[in-house]
Amino acid sequence: MQATSKGKMENISQEPKPQDQQNQPSTKIEIEAENLNFFYSQKQALYSINLKVPEKSITAFIGPSGCGKSTFLRTINRMNDIIPGTRVEGKVLLNNQNIYAPTVDVVDLRRRVGMVFQKSTPFPKSIFDNVAYGIKINKLSSSRAQLQQMVEQALEQAALWSEVKDRLNDSALALSGGQQQRLCIARTLAVMPEVILMDEPCSALDPIATEKIEELIVELREKYTVIIVTHNMQQASRVSDYTAFFLLGELIEFDETEKIFTYPKEKKTEDYITGRFG
Amino acid sequence: MRKLIDKLVFTICSLSTVLVLAILALIIIYILANGVLAINLDFFTKLPKPVGETGGGMVNGIIGSAIMVAIAALISIPISIGAAIYLSEFGKGYLAVIVRFLVDVLAGVPSIVIGIFIYTIVVLPMKRFSAIAGALALAIIMIPTIVRATEEALKLVPQTLREAALALGAPYWRVVLEIVVVSAHKAIISGVLLSIARVAGETAPLLFTALGNRFLVTVLDRPMASLPVQIYSYAVSPYDDWHSQAWAATFVLVMFILIINLAVRFFIYSKE
Repeated sequence: MQATSKGKMENISQEPKPQDQQNQPSTKIEIEAENLNFFYSQKQALYSINLKVPEKSITAFIGPSGCGKSTFLRTINRMNDIIPGTRVEGKVLLNNQNIYAPTVDVVDLRRRVGMVFQKSTPFPKSIFDNVAYGIKINKLSSSRAQLQQMVEQALEQAALWSEVKDRLNDSALALSGGQQQRLCIARTLAVMPEVILMDEPCSALDPIATEKIEELIVELREKYTVIIVTHNMQQASRVSDYTAFFLLGELIEFDETEKIFTYPKEKKTEDYITGRFG
Repeated sequence: MRKLIDKLVFTICSLSTVLVLAILALIIIYILANGVLAINLDFFTKLPKPVGETGGGMVNGIIGSAIMVAIAALISIPISIGAAIYLSEFGKGYLAVIVRFLVDVLAGVPSIVIGIFIYTIVVLPMKRFSAIAGALALAIIMIPTIVRATEEALKLVPQTLREAALALGAPYWRVVLEIVVVSAHKAIISGVLLSIARVAGETAPLLFTALGNRFLVTVLDRPMASLPVQIYSYAVSPYDDWHSQAWAATFVLVMFILIINLAVRFFIYSKE
């Protein structure tokens, strides 16, 4: 089963590449997975994933619960390293550099690959200090004035500045759920990452807060490569340029979002997006 | 029949609760009634009078207890919080399991045994009872309480908060100290305060270590008075005046413990 799926996977992963080259000849590949296998102790969670994500695009990972989409997302900033007993085989390339190579500094990698989580995770600090924390630990600012300016800029980018500019010293825990999530996005943007990973960033939010975050994600494409895990297929079709469909730890199909949602090549993809299972 | 059992269980539980509350209420009322009568300003400001004379106070015991509990806290807080951070954030595998087991064993060791232990390794070599020996004994009693309270507090910090800080490019040690410990600071401080309240009333470990002193001393290598030991020696004495002084001391000690417990309550439920 593994051998056949492996062969199939390589065929599929080759397909988006020529198409990209037709549409946007200069598209650079930012993230690339090569024959990636992942294990939680004995249990294999990802089966030879091959995938190429172009830079400055939005890619959605969809699939039923437990299909491996979050696990794969977390291999891109090596967040799975902190779970005891996990093991990775294969490669993940970020700008052609294997992030699982022994020389890679994981702390620096995580600065370059930001992450926004399902549940908003404000630190028990003020709004200002939440955003300033990453700037300070990475020593990105050289003066107090520059720090303030970077915090303001990050909050602006996350469309939160106008709502919090008069209460920067209030506790971040006093913000609403949607504001907290935008604060977490601002915090991520403040350390100037190249890639932003989002693990179901809207699943705990109401529709209005969700809309704001989605608008924000679309704007982020201009500067960042964004990967978003979502359970909401409307969301995937609204915001993303590319969609990857995962099932039982395998990448079933990866293509432009429009093609996935109109003419999926795989029967399994079609069954999932039309709601026949999952 | 089902309703009958329901009522029966409810009644038994209610009666048990009333009994528990009644015991606590009786103790407090009894101490209040006896203590309030005996307490006066002299109690807080005067030294004990020689046998036969009435009056005097326990300023030596109050100051002695304060000094020894403070030193015990200074010794045990850094060690215990450090160990708890290790257990919660770094401890994987056998070593952590062993440390956790030993901390549990230490929590179960009777306090008089700890007193004898310090007597053997500190008092005998020094050839005298001392305040520092008393403080060390109290510190050992505080350690398991603080370790377990702190470890539990740290474990309640959501894993995603650690991941969020790591995702910003923070090294793990900074995540632990600046995010995890700060998030749990209320519960950690509460644990520390409750352990202070507990050792303030310990008598047995001080009997062989600090011994007691009829005079006010502030040097650490001399025997030092403490409220619990003074309560003990006054309560077993044949003099009525000493008995009422013991009640006054009991009253002060219980009030101190009560106030710390209330402070912890208010502290935990207070907003940032």
